[in-house]
Amino acid sequence: MKTYSRPMAGWWRRNPYYLWYMLREASCIFITAYALVLLAGLARLAQGEAAFQAWLESLSGPGSLAFHAAALILVLYHAWTWFKVMPKTLPFIRFGGRRVPDAAIVSIGVASAAAASTALFVAIGWFGLWSVQ
Amino acid sequence: MTQKTISIECLRYSPETDSEPRTRTYEVPFNDEMSVLEGLQYIKDHLDGSLTFRWSCRMAICGSCGSMVNGVPVLSCETFLRNYYPGKIRVEPLNHLPIVRDLAVDQTDFLGKLESVKPYLISKNIPQNKTYLQTPEQMDEYYQYSQCINCLLCYAACPQYGLNSSFTGPAALALLHRYNADSRDEGKAERMEVVNAEDGVWGCTLVGYCSEVCPKAVDPARAINQNKIESTKDYFLRFLKK
Repeated sequence: MKTYSRPMAGWWRRNPYYLWYMLREASCIFITAYALVLLAGLARLAQGEAAFQAWLESLSGPGSLAFHAAALILVLYHAWTWFKVMPKTLPFIRFGGRRVPDAAIVSIGVASAAAASTALFVAIGWFGLWSVQ
Repeated sequence: MTQKTISIECLRYSPETDSEPRTRTYEVPFNDEMSVLEGLQYIKDHLDGSLTFRWSCRMAICGSCGSMVNGVPVLSCETFLRNYYPGKIRVEPLNHLPIVRDLAVDQTDFLGKLESVKPYLISKNIPQNKTYLQTPEQMDEYYQYSQCINCLLCYAACPQYGLNSSFTGPAALALLHRYNADSRDEGKAERMEVVNAEDGVWGCTLVGYCSEVCPKAVDPARAINQNKIESTKDYFLRFLKK
């Protein structure tokens, strides 16, 4: 039987859903880059105070700030996408004989992450770690 | 009141004469109750009898009339022309599946995969002459997966299947899970080979669009990702069993 198979080239541009998916996948590049910047900082810290200061100063340029802003937005988006699909990765959870709705699982996940992040920022502010020079 | 008309652009492909698909646009008079399927039927009855498409029940049960409408996989019987008017409608065969003719796709590949997941109860202890008892909670574990109508919208939604048609794919894996999750079934071990394979659950990257387009809320993405856990457990527990 003769059939025709359509080409897949450019498939991810055909539907906004695929674009958001590709953004989720691509965000890992920024997340990796950010992790490498942090690792570089750790290596500089091991080399001594002068090296660490030089690393800190290198982060204050506009290019670096733009990168960090982009990385922050993409990390938040990346995290959101995984919270969104979290119910799909869990067995059905029952509470009082009823299945916990997916929306509740997503909300609990996002709320926990927000609470943990807020607690971390408060702790940093409280102990003054923010002003480490 | 004058009758409204809507432009329906159809992908046409005739294996005898065409080397690749072409499109043809039809002006279809319609009212607010008409579905895209009824639009196609109007074309076949009044404008072009050669247009080929599948349909049967007209009420989202048989799973025959799946097609791409403006790039989205839908059942054409439950998609209404009024929602697109005054814009145009573009109707294409389901993505990622080979076109046999016009809007009809070749389902052979899926049927083979469906067979490979052993979509039936496997049990050595079927009670004779009495009811097979199951609690509502046990039934709830698999019920949504049993609603699959094999319409293949999820395959049209899955880019991983489009890129690699060896991937077992959403509906077949959802039906695999439907039986594995059934308290009466004992065939899980027989199905693990399909789950664990390179083209089994690990071919899925959780795009998630399969679950979005499913007209029966089967949630194949969930079934697949449940089985990533099962596959991981199966892999590591092997070492403990030795």
